[in-house]
Amino acid sequence: MTEIVKSITTPIRLEYVYRPGRATARFLRGLAQGRILGQRCPATGKVYVPPRGASPTHGVPTEEEVEVSDKGTVTTFCIVRIPSENLSVKPPYAAAHILLDGADIPFFALIQECPLEEIRMGMRVQAVWVPKEELAPTFESIRYFRPIDEPDAKFESYQEHL
Amino acid sequence: MRDVAIVSFAQAPNVRRELDRNEVEMLMPVVTEAIEASGVGRKEIGFTVSGSCDYIAGQPFAFVSAIDAVGPWPPINESHVEMDGAWALYEAWVKIQTGQADSALVYAFGKSSMGDIAEVLTLQLDPYYIVPLWPDAVSVAALQARVLLDRGHITERTMAEIAVRNRRSAISNPRAQVKGDFAVEKLLAEPYLVAPLRKHDCPPVTDGCAAIVLAADDLARKVCKRPAWIRGIDHRIESHSLGARNLARSRSTEIAAEKAGVFTKPVEVAELHAPFTHQELILREALRLGDGVSVNPSGGPLSANAVMVAGLIRLGEAAMRIQSGEASRVLAHATSGPCLQQNLVAVMEA
Repeated sequence: MTEIVKSITTPIRLEYVYRPGRATARFLRGLAQGRILGQRCPATGKVYVPPRGASPTHGVPTEEEVEVSDKGTVTTFCIVRIPSENLSVKPPYAAAHILLDGADIPFFALIQECPLEEIRMGMRVQAVWVPKEELAPTFESIRYFRPIDEPDAKFESYQEHL
Repeated sequence: MRDVAIVSFAQAPNVRRELDRNEVEMLMPVVTEAIEASGVGRKEIGFTVSGSCDYIAGQPFAFVSAIDAVGPWPPINESHVEMDGAWALYEAWVKIQTGQADSALVYAFGKSSMGDIAEVLTLQLDPYYIVPLWPDAVSVAALQARVLLDRGHITERTMAEIAVRNRRSAISNPRAQVKGDFAVEKLLAEPYLVAPLRKHDCPPVTDGCAAIVLAADDLARKVCKRPAWIRGIDHRIESHSLGARNLARSRSTEIAAEKAGVFTKPVEVAELHAPFTHQELILREALRLGDGVSVNPSGGPLSANAVMVAGLIRLGEAAMRIQSGEASRVLAHATSGPCLQQNLVAVMEA
C-alpha cells in the first residue's frame, strides 16, 4: 500500500558569528571587570550605555568612555507572566528599564529580591553581580537588580527617559 | 521629470572579514564622507533611505540600529528597503521625482562574513519546492553556468578570462578586495568549487558599506561641478521559479535597459553587478555592450561583493567616471535574487 504524503518538515538552521564592534566590545570587557562602561556623545554630552560607537542623534563617533554607576532608577517596568525559552527565571518576574546614575539612556534588566507588587517607577535599585571569579564579558555578569534603601527618584529626574 | 544626479559617492574598503567594527562603526565615516563630498549639508538632506538585509547579520531589525550612523535628530524623513542599496537609490529617485525632496542620502551595508552567505541566500528561493532541497547560492549559479556551457554560449576558458580581466582592473581600485595579475591557464588548472564553477568564477565573501548623495536640478548644479545625471532608471523582475525562466538570457535586464533608454546612444563605461563570471556574458548580451565599452573598470563584484552593497557601488563607480571627466555616458546595473532574477539598469550622463 502506498502512503500518501500530506506534509513534510524541512528544518532550517543558519549559524552566525556575532562580533559586537569596538564600542560594545569595550562595554563587554568592562562587565568582565565588574564595571559598566558607556560612551559620551561629543555633541550633546549624553552618555549611552551599552555604547554602539555612534551618537544615535548626531551620527558622530562617541569616543569618550564614561564609567557609570551600577545603581539606578526604575523608569518603567512590566510583570512578565509568559515563559520564555532563553531565560532561566520563572514567571511571574519583573523586567524593567533602569536609568543608571550617570547614563542618559535606560538599561534593560530584571528586578528580583522584591515583591512584584512593590515595584514602581522611580524606585532605586542596584546591580547584583555574579561572584568575582565568574565575571565574564557578557550581560550575564549582572544577575539582576534589587531595591536599595534610598528614597524614590522624582519623576522629573527621569521623565525624559520613558 | 526632474533632473536628478549622483553628486557624491563613498565606500568602505571591501574586506574579507571586518573583525573590529560593527555596521554602525563602519558606516559612520562612509556616510560622513559622502555627505561632505556632496556639498549638501547634513541637515539639508531631504530624504534618507538604506538597503540591507537582516539575514546577513542574523539580527532582526539590524537596519533600524544602523540609522544611528546618520544622526537622525531632529527626526528625518527616512525609509529602508530589504534589498541591495541600488533599490534604495531607486526609491530616493522616485521620492525626488514626486517633489517631496530635493536631495537624498542613500546607504547600504552588509557584513557577509557573519554567517555562511551562500546558505543565507538559499532563503531567498521559493520556500515550497526549492528551499527544502537547500541549494546554496553557488550551486544555483552553477546550474545557470551549466545551461550556458551546454548551449555552447560560453566556455570555461572564456569564464576564466572574465575573472582575469576583472581582477586586473581591480588593481587600480584601492577599495577592491581580490586583485592582481592571474594566468588563465593557472586558474583553469584549479579544481571545481561546484562544477562547472571554480573559485575564480564566484564572488569573494565581502564585508562593506557605501553611501551616495542624490540632488535635483539647480541644487545638483550648485553643489557639483560635473554631476552624473540619471537619464533613465528602471527595474524588472522575473519568475521566482528557476524552472520557469530561460536562465541563459536576462529578459528583465533587456526590458529595464530598453525603458532606461540604454539603446538610444552608446555608453562608454558599464558597471555590471555580475557576481559570477558567466553572468557578465549574459548581461553584456542583454545590454548589447560592444567591445568598445569598458566593463567594470572597478573590478566589479568578482573583486568585491558585499551583499546588499555591491549593486549600489556599481551606481557610485559609474557616476564617478562621469564626475572625473573620464566618460560622458555610462551605464550601471544591479541585480537581486538567484540567477539574475531581478535587474535594475540606470543610464547616467554628464
